[in-house]
Amino acid sequence: MSETFRPSDADQVLETVAWAVAEEQPLEIRGAGSKQNLGRPMADCRVLDLSALTGLTYYEPGELVLAAWAGTPLSVIEAELSENGQRLAFEPADYGRILGNVAGQATIGGLVACNISGPRRVQVGAARDHCLGVSGVSGRGEAFKSGGRVIKNVTGYDLSKLMTGSYGTLAALTEVTFKVLPVPEKTRTVLIFGHGEAEGIAVLSQASASALEPSGLAHLPAVAAARSSVGYVAKAGASVTAIRVEGPGPSVEARCRSLRGLFGGTGRTEELHGHNSGTLWREIADVTLLGSSDGSLWRLSVPPSTASGVVSAVEAQLPLSCRVEVLFDWAGGLIWLDVTGAENAAHDVIRGVIRDEGGHATLIRASVDVRRAVPVFQPPEPGLAALNARVKQGFDPRGIFNPGRMSTDY
Amino acid sequence: MKMPEPDGNVIAGRDALIAFLRGVVAEEGVIWSENELKAYECDGLTAYRQVPLAVVLPQDTRQVSEVLKICSAHGAKVVPRGAGTSLSGGAMPLADGVLLGLGKFNRILEIDYENRCAVVQPGVSNLAISDAVADADFYYAPDPSSQIVCTIGGNVAENSGGVHCLKYGVTTNNILGLEIVLMSGEVVRLGGKHLDTDGYDLMGVMTGSEGLLGVITEVTVRILKKPEVARAVLVGFADLEDGGRFVADVIGAGIIPGGMEMMDKTATHAAEAFCQAGYPMDAEALVIVELDGHATEVDHLIGQVEEIARLCGASSLRTSQSEDERLTFWSGRKAAFASIGRISPDYYCMDGTIPRRALPEVLRRMAQMSARFGLRVANVFHAGDGNLHPLILYDANQPGELEMAEEFGAEILKLCVEVGGVLTGEHGVGVEKRDLMGEMFSAADLEQQQRLKCAFDPEGSLNPGKVFPILHRCAELGRMHIHRGQVPFPDIERF
Repeated sequence: MSETFRPSDADQVLETVAWAVAEEQPLEIRGAGSKQNLGRPMADCRVLDLSALTGLTYYEPGELVLAAWAGTPLSVIEAELSENGQRLAFEPADYGRILGNVAGQATIGGLVACNISGPRRVQVGAARDHCLGVSGVSGRGEAFKSGGRVIKNVTGYDLSKLMTGSYGTLAALTEVTFKVLPVPEKTRTVLIFGHGEAEGIAVLSQASASALEPSGLAHLPAVAAARSSVGYVAKAGASVTAIRVEGPGPSVEARCRSLRGLFGGTGRTEELHGHNSGTLWREIADVTLLGSSDGSLWRLSVPPSTASGVVSAVEAQLPLSCRVEVLFDWAGGLIWLDVTGAENAAHDVIRGVIRDEGGHATLIRASVDVRRAVPVFQPPEPGLAALNARVKQGFDPRGIFNPGRMSTDY
Repeated sequence: MKMPEPDGNVIAGRDALIAFLRGVVAEEGVIWSENELKAYECDGLTAYRQVPLAVVLPQDTRQVSEVLKICSAHGAKVVPRGAGTSLSGGAMPLADGVLLGLGKFNRILEIDYENRCAVVQPGVSNLAISDAVADADFYYAPDPSSQIVCTIGGNVAENSGGVHCLKYGVTTNNILGLEIVLMSGEVVRLGGKHLDTDGYDLMGVMTGSEGLLGVITEVTVRILKKPEVARAVLVGFADLEDGGRFVADVIGAGIIPGGMEMMDKTATHAAEAFCQAGYPMDAEALVIVELDGHATEVDHLIGQVEEIARLCGASSLRTSQSEDERLTFWSGRKAAFASIGRISPDYYCMDGTIPRRALPEVLRRMAQMSARFGLRVANVFHAGDGNLHPLILYDANQPGELEMAEEFGAEILKLCVEVGGVLTGEHGVGVEKRDLMGEMFSAADLEQQQRLKCAFDPEGSLNPGKVFPILHRCAELGRMHIHRGQVPFPDIERF
């Protein structure tokens, strides 16, 4: 096993990185390691373990702002927020299980590095929309910060956005600041049974374009629905189209009635209350309703109207020996594809379809060999790729951080 | 305000540059006569003026690309401009710079209801987007007060906000895609009609980059269904502290209003004189809380807000009973800046953000400064998101008053930073707050930001002299200072 440095504070992170820069020693940045298998495999190198940087550094519930050291477990932050009736509204998903690790380990820094958002992303935005500020150490061995501890701020470039989703290739984050929001009084989910993919997404699209403010819009084909631990969903024996509404009690009840009125004519409906609703959306967020544990798992971000077409096009082009399972979230804007039995995760087929329809495909889970052989992230156009490389150069000119994690070039 | 030293060679080569530009952009799209250039000498920050070297008004992306290539080849700087409503001098011209106006990019290219988005050119006004989708009951959420004229390209460049930010977010949360042209002339597309894009979030850094990274030539915005209903509560408080507590208690009750605005007595009186909105004249703090959404929800929350207002000791309380009444409540707030213009020959609009709880302290200390400078100040506060707009009243015809107002403004912004806030919430740094950046950021922070600029614009030709107090060459910024050979950290845990 490679040597691991485990600094205990931001100064020690700076010291470690400064040494690595001087000696040109690459570092793999790691929080809890729960998403270690996400991204391109890296060459063996020393590990910069940030799991000792824990604890909240600022939390003012009245300001709706929370800051924490980057290695703070998400579970700690969520517990603290929950005590104050608040939450990270973008609904951080836990990829621990689908990536072959245990759930519940993720850190807030890792969440920023991977920009992971759950079903509520359609209503309130992504992790990147809620990240207000960052502090970290660049690959030049220099500490820097960006953003602030207030919700509205345009002072200087928004480097918080740049860090979110950069997979630790630009800086070692030491502290992050988030906007938080109150937990609504009541949550319910309206289920509509038996729709085909195209019809289900049409329903979601209509709900999304209504004034009913849905906070979750997913379509589960029958195979995925059958795996739910929520009885109403699993025993449906049919596909399930799920629409979640949240808010004050009377409002939620009225909006559920409106939704059932709007879509009741299209299929049998049911309503999930607090606990069951929470379980179902957790399963959707964490992608635990798709079958294989060893197949390749793709996350496709597409214009919602193309969703069912994208899936049919992929299915039509795959050899018959392949098995595909699918789950739609974000009103069709997010497609999870679980592919087994395809060579190289069917990357050429999937990327080909995406090229025609627009959007992005990310290979979230695949064997080391496959992730080495095909691009994990959507390959950018040449001009954008060159610009990305220059951005990397500006933050990490010697390629110290997570070399090769996102691309062969940086 | 000291701007970068103009390059004499570029000024001397003006005629040749204009000839090249005319080869790309049709006759009336290149402006160089002294009289016509004068119209472009400033933006919304009228205290600073500079006639540009030339103005060019391209009408498509190819022309923008060609113009930037020509300017690069001639070493000319470029200042992009939308409607010129910047309050921070973001579009202030440079003596050796070409002003690149995007006014001809005024078309809405596509409205896609199925994907809840619209593709528009950067010169389209903010309000025109909402107007174009109003028939289908959709709208574009961010609504800066200049929305009738300000352009979406400028909104992206400044990451503009408005009065609905807490619930609906600012520009960066409401755009899906961009087409930009780099100073090299290269065209790059970011995002699209899908929600998330993997790879570096360059759309995120373009938004709010104040025209320093690239020229925006196309924007894909998210459009939302209009809320079913909106109602507003107008609450007066005899004491500012009570008003502050009311705002905190609304948020504390888990309510996220569509808008929550506060005005102090000076602003309230000015607005009332201008609009006759029926504001209570005895209130030290006037708060408008707007709830929007499903009718049942709005009625329910209005009841809660009224109850909180009573508990906080409101001296007056009115709830809109009709759409007309709601709009009347807003009419005074929306005209607040204009109404100040009637009670003072000039005013200087500031834009700090503070933690909400610091509001009473900040207002108290501003009142002390106001007495010290002998200049009145009126306050308009986006209470939902902590964005404070103090308006400093002065008379530019009185020698020294402008300088005094600027000094007062700088002290206010330093105070915002001191209490845990920031220099600018939505107007941008521009030239106005450039020299205050050191109050918030270390030299290393600012140098790292400038290294991002180097990735987009290595020669530093795009809108220089804005945002950063000290300009460094990219070669200098790229240099590494390595200290080798030290024994590494005996106290760090390793295994």
